[in-house]
Amino acid sequence: MLEKMIFGRYIPGNSFVHKLDPRSKLSFVFLFIIGVFLANNTITYAVLLGFTLLVILSSRIRLYFLFNGLKPILFLIIFTLLMHIFFTKEGALLVDWKFIKIYEEGVRQGIFISIRFLVLVLLTSILTLTTSPISITDGMEDLLGPFKRLKLPVHELALMMSISLRFIPTLMDETDKILKAQLARGSDISTGSIKQRIRAVIPLLVPLFVSAFKRAEDLAVAMEVRGYRGGEGRTRYRQLKWHWRDTTIMVLLAALVVVLFLLRA
Amino acid sequence: MDISLQQVGYLYGKDTPFEKRALQGVDATIRSGSYSAIIGHTGSGKSTLLMHLNGLLKPSEGIVKIGDTTITAGTKAKGLKEVRRHVGIVFQFPEHQLFEETVEKDIMFGPMNFGVPEEEARRRAHRLIELLGLPPEVAQQSPFDLSGGQMRRVAIAGVLAFKPSVLVLDEPTAGLDPRGRLEIMELFNRLHVEEKLTTILVTHSMEDAARYADNIIVMHNGSSVMSGTPQEVFADEKKLTSFRLGLPRSVKFQRDVEKLIGRPLQGLALTEAQLAKAIAFAAKEEGGR
Repeated sequence: MLEKMIFGRYIPGNSFVHKLDPRSKLSFVFLFIIGVFLANNTITYAVLLGFTLLVILSSRIRLYFLFNGLKPILFLIIFTLLMHIFFTKEGALLVDWKFIKIYEEGVRQGIFISIRFLVLVLLTSILTLTTSPISITDGMEDLLGPFKRLKLPVHELALMMSISLRFIPTLMDETDKILKAQLARGSDISTGSIKQRIRAVIPLLVPLFVSAFKRAEDLAVAMEVRGYRGGEGRTRYRQLKWHWRDTTIMVLLAALVVVLFLLRA
Repeated sequence: MDISLQQVGYLYGKDTPFEKRALQGVDATIRSGSYSAIIGHTGSGKSTLLMHLNGLLKPSEGIVKIGDTTITAGTKAKGLKEVRRHVGIVFQFPEHQLFEETVEKDIMFGPMNFGVPEEEARRRAHRLIELLGLPPEVAQQSPFDLSGGQMRRVAIAGVLAFKPSVLVLDEPTAGLDPRGRLEIMELFNRLHVEEKLTTILVTHSMEDAARYADNIIVMHNGSSVMSGTPQEVFADEKKLTSFRLGLPRSVKFQRDVEKLIGRPLQGLALTEAQLAKAIAFAAKEEGGR
């Protein structure tokens, strides 16, 4: 039931994007998100879209799968598109039919915002799909390293992040199992009124929380018996290495930003 | 209720990079009122198979027939609730499904979902608490305050409470102590006889399969590879070994005895009692010579 979800999932692979250093991928996505806001006309949005497509292609993740997994988000994007189309009242009047009035600016903005949204979601999905949770946290810890001087518990934050990422699939499986057990007892989540459906969620959430707490406790004990004492003096088995590829994509990103600057209105 | 599976196949995560085949070409027939055991090595598809028995999973290929209902890949989810009312599944570690404030309410959850009036559901809950050997005062306690073994019993009661005519058990005794194991298995056997249930037991224990079942289905790599009475299935040690399964202890002992005395004993000893009888009989014969 939940097996089509792709959030936070990692698909092992050997593509250019897979082989990138997590630090460069993280900084790339972070800077790209800022860069997206530079676009403000048709050409710049087209450039953004094209660039994103290039990234997706070089990650060798099947497009069909990507869009299938993003269906719930697609709904949100279409919703924003419609909101803009119906509620922005600027520019030339395009459609005037009974009470529906659609303006040129509304369509324009709706499409732009949807592209912005789509590009952000696609790129961040590519990040998690091509980077194992462990390397994401390693990269994060490294990038936040300088903040250690400010007494920020960087290692602990990274660990918290990696634990939560690590448990997403586990909890998904668990939800699926509990869902099936309650379905077998006649609980019904997919039919009935909204009130009934909300009530049907309780038998799902309570056992899920109970087991999540139990897991947390078990994990804490397991870490303690293996002598975990936080980040101080801890060395790493997997060392991150910066390659030519990483420099390449950072340069590409810089080029993209320059292009956006030149082409924007 | 007769259940039959024809050429059933199932793929997890169909059309994703995680696609994985779990079942292929499974044929099986389970007659109304029979006690069937599904045995197989870990990962042989037993648990996936049992989720087809009440429409929790729809087959990617083939046909599942439960009573008068036919389920194929295209079947709509709507009619399946009716099937679930007749087929109760006790999942592995069923205590994970408990959620209500009190044991009583948790047991009543199933029957009330299937339209049993509240009073009747409460009456059933109390009867089941007694039947499963729990102290009567647990009815008003939180299920989370009970011991693991007690929670298991409450969860089993929660399935029995809507009186399914087919009871599917997925390793119901995993993780219990030997005595609790025997008690639970004997209880299911009693219910099978008294309530004329159709029982389907998924198990790792060859002993349980030999002792209780009258029909055995062997799963291997997602396919049904052998089926028949326990006598038929456990007579073919070579074939079982090729599916990474062994013999029940009593049959193993019988084979050792046969090697020792150099001739076969009568029949196949599926329980300790049958084994003792067969050995005694053989000893008498030897003495008579």
